[in-house]
Amino acid sequence: MPVPILADVFAQTLNGLSYGVLLFLLSVGLTLIFGMLDVVNLAHGSFYMLGAYAGLALIAATGNFWLALIAAPIVVGGLGMLVERTCLRPLYRRPPLDQILLTFGFIYLFEDVVKWIWGGRIRSIPSPALFSGSVTLFGATIPSYRVFVIVFGLTVAAALWALIERTRLGSIIRAGVFDAEMTAGLGINVHRVFTGVFGFGAALAALSGVIAGPIQSAYPAMGTEILVRTLIVVVVGGLGSLKGSLAGSLIIGQAETFGKAWLPDTAMLIIYVVMALVVLLRPQGLFGRPLK
Amino acid sequence: MTARVVAFAVVIVALALFPSVAGNYPVKLLQEILIWGVFAMSLDLLMGFTGMVSFGHSAFFGLGGYVAALALLQSPGALAGLVLPAAAAALVALVVGFLSIRVSGVYFIMLTLAFSQMFFAVTFQVQRLGAEDGIVGVPRPRILGVDLAGATAFHLYLVALLALLAILLWRIVQSPFGHVLRGIHENEARMEAVGYPVRRYKLLAFVIAGSVAGIAGALYTQLNGYISPDAFFWTTSGEALLMVIIGGTGTLAGAVLGAAAFILLQSLVSTYTERWMLILGVTFIVFVLFAPGGIVGTMRGAARTARAWPRRAGAARRALRRQA
Repeated sequence: MPVPILADVFAQTLNGLSYGVLLFLLSVGLTLIFGMLDVVNLAHGSFYMLGAYAGLALIAATGNFWLALIAAPIVVGGLGMLVERTCLRPLYRRPPLDQILLTFGFIYLFEDVVKWIWGGRIRSIPSPALFSGSVTLFGATIPSYRVFVIVFGLTVAAALWALIERTRLGSIIRAGVFDAEMTAGLGINVHRVFTGVFGFGAALAALSGVIAGPIQSAYPAMGTEILVRTLIVVVVGGLGSLKGSLAGSLIIGQAETFGKAWLPDTAMLIIYVVMALVVLLRPQGLFGRPLK
Repeated sequence: MTARVVAFAVVIVALALFPSVAGNYPVKLLQEILIWGVFAMSLDLLMGFTGMVSFGHSAFFGLGGYVAALALLQSPGALAGLVLPAAAAALVALVVGFLSIRVSGVYFIMLTLAFSQMFFAVTFQVQRLGAEDGIVGVPRPRILGVDLAGATAFHLYLVALLALLAILLWRIVQSPFGHVLRGIHENEARMEAVGYPVRRYKLLAFVIAGSVAGIAGALYTQLNGYISPDAFFWTTSGEALLMVIIGGTGTLAGAVLGAAAFILLQSLVSTYTERWMLILGVTFIVFVLFAPGGIVGTMRGAARTARAWPRRAGAARRALRRQA
């Protein structure tokens, strides 16, 4: 006979883990884009939202969740590359503020286009038939879709790690994060890599959006809401660090989930307390490079 | 210099007299412009003069608004309407600034943004603050024996405050203190090396900007009679940044012009179409890409070209003559 409180802790831990995985897919793109392009992409949350809606449309058109899971990130990633190529690239020689402000403009643009096409209501996205049930683990009943999200997210994280640490492309990206100018000096077409990384980050955000769909539904403001969490993850983990974005995501995912379950009155505050503590004790974040 | 003073006086008088020639709706729009103008000017002190881009300025706007709402419900006077909001915003700006100034650049942007969201989270959840509905039915104060519930009195009060705060901020940026801030904007490391306590200067600028933003928030509550957590949401900071950029950073006047352009565009566009946000986003993108100096910067550039034109034309004529 399992102890109820332990079952509850276990269920919350898994909830927090599935949420953390979503945050990881978002923050890893944000942190890579920042590391390479020196741009804090405020429209990153919008790519997440666009991913959810693209998923919604593709599921409505084809009835196939798995197709949407693959196609939506490709579409949104292409859009991200277009944004980088046409609007961000002319701004690289300007102060970094201009680039941040440009991405802020895109938030309004994307959010309103989504409202135009789909309306402002919350739209629920059905979970795939394969994972529509629930499983009982250690006395806790958990939607099987959550288990899928965790396994899928961790798999993507492992694949990302292999891509970045073990391939030639990955070493170019790491070099670019470290020193883009020097990488260009070595004969790498950094501009093409910039476009690719921006699009790849957008695609990961969209992937996160599609996966989040069945859990949180789709609504136009979801992008601006998740962006704040993502920024906190990156501040906690350290800007430009992959390890940091994984650690930050898992910490913030657990903190917010347990906060909601156990301290509902102050739940929204907890993540800010975590952030303030990290900033006080380690301004560069858990895995960030020391600040000058 | 005197031309500038005269122009300023003329603008203020025109703003004050506006209700005698315009209907209710344009007056309400103008009053919104005045309040957002104050808010945007306070942000310009930070980003335009000191080079500190804060994405969390809404924290002080919202705080001023909430403190004014709570205090005015107790006793509607000058203390509740202006002094307490400004003081509370200054105090919180001291704490938030102390924590945020430890980092700079994009970290500063993200930290300030996160702090403002913290206030959003608190006001959104606390039932005693009305949770997501905010605080409604806030009365306007009586100040110096004048009841600001009257439309004319309230309008003059807003214009007078805009004028006072504009002069105050103008004096600040022209003062030796203001020149140190500009120096920090130009080259922080050099100012540090010359021996200025850069952090203390930045913190003081942050506190001044925060308390002025608090006054703007208090006025916002008084204009509408309510305040809600939306005032704290980070897009409020983004809109203020937008106004400063559209108007032209580092000019103060540009901030007010930007607020006017933003609010007029919003009201104009929303009478024709629901797609206000789309047009806002595109306008913003176009400004960042093609007119980074904003309205004031573009006008100055145009004036310079116009002044240079006869000279250049003369030079061209002479060159042609020489060739012939």
